[in-house]
Amino acid sequence: MKDPGIVIIDYGVGNTYSVANAIQHLGYKNLRISDEEKVIREADALILPGVGAFEACMSNLQDRNIVEILNEEVLSKKKPILGICVGMQLLATASEEMGIHEGLNWIEGRVKKLELPSELAVPHVGWNDVMNNEEKLFGLNQQNANFYFDHSFYFDCEEKYVAAYCDYGIKVTAAVKKENIFGVQFHPEKSQTNGLKLFRSFFNSI
Amino acid sequence: MLTKRIIPCLDIKDGRTVKGINFENIRDAGDPVELGALYAREGADELVFLDITATVERRKTLSELVNKISHHINVPFTVGGGISSVDDVSVLLQNGADKISVNTAAFKNPALIAQLAKEFGSQCVVLAIDTKKEEDGEWYVYLNGGRVKTTTRCRDWARQAVDLGAGEILLTSMNNDGTKQGFALDITAALAGELPVPVIASGGGGTMEHFVDVFTEGKADAALAASIFHFKEIGIGELKDYLWEKQIAVRR
Repeated sequence: MKDPGIVIIDYGVGNTYSVANAIQHLGYKNLRISDEEKVIREADALILPGVGAFEACMSNLQDRNIVEILNEEVLSKKKPILGICVGMQLLATASEEMGIHEGLNWIEGRVKKLELPSELAVPHVGWNDVMNNEEKLFGLNQQNANFYFDHSFYFDCEEKYVAAYCDYGIKVTAAVKKENIFGVQFHPEKSQTNGLKLFRSFFNSI
Repeated sequence: MLTKRIIPCLDIKDGRTVKGINFENIRDAGDPVELGALYAREGADELVFLDITATVERRKTLSELVNKISHHINVPFTVGGGISSVDDVSVLLQNGADKISVNTAAFKNPALIAQLAKEFGSQCVVLAIDTKKEEDGEWYVYLNGGRVKTTTRCRDWARQAVDLGAGEILLTSMNNDGTKQGFALDITAALAGELPVPVIASGGGGTMEHFVDVFTEGKADAALAASIFHFKEIGIGELKDYLWEKQIAVRR
């Protein structure tokens, strides 16, 4: 097994424990949780977690001066990165959650409120199966594998960036991809075996 | 397709899992972390941990327990019990909780719901309501673990809380809780029908058929139960197989 240097970006939001637990459970030893420039720059792969409100997540990233470092590592040096939940939404151009807020703008698209028929509850909470088309994320997963979702906003982007979607009244973007940049709306760290397979696929692809 | 959730609930007192009948007569049901991990392996879709210990040390002990749970459990879990501030929630989330549930404190200070939703997002805020059907046929809100009656209708409070930002309703019928006679289908269906958020039905699940009823007639998004799982009366795996046979979408 490869043992890449994995860094979970710690910017004060998000449940880094659960992500770290899942990755360690797979046997990866070279894992750090950090917001330090040196550590981020040395990583082979980055994980950008995130829970809560988009604006708070984005401003925390900015306050810790991480955005510029990430732009260099991810956009210029093409370091693989996986955003999770709000961490995935941050990859977008902007979010419409409580006002309009700029994101990292790595994948063109907007984060919008789920507008669904009244019989479908929002937030979208629970285990939903996903249709995927991206080996680097889902290579070890079966088609229709289910993952745990918990969100009211979704990433609206061009079809070519959609790595997976789920059917919840509308096609909800479940994962995005663009070159070395990946994101998942669901929580692989809370999705038991299917989530572990996703992490494994991602690290195998590095 | 989104599947219906089966959620074992672990009431925690002094670090142990306990379970009462109609909110009384508490019995010991084992170590919460072990039990939670077992349920996760058996296919529980989520877990709820409710701290019913009432001591000054509670918050510190609870955050330590949550930390331990998060290291052993790979499904989402909600933590509730005595949460009354943004700081309380912050500590629990930092220790690995995915969602928190608020009850009495939110009723006494509804602005808390809005604060929590703004700070952590609605998807993280579960409003727990203990409710009882009175002789007039209406369901009323009860506080403090069912000990204090209010004159507020359950439907009114649930609507207000959702408008303030609650992302899910955990509805416990005190009439049904611990009876194993089935869930309160009428109030569950009423809330599920009129609220935009998911409704978790709780109280009364005793047979596998009751779970079918709560998902069909009760229109619940999720069903929560405790003693039938703790005392191994129904296995989570067999329950899900049964629901699947009855054409209810569940994760297996």
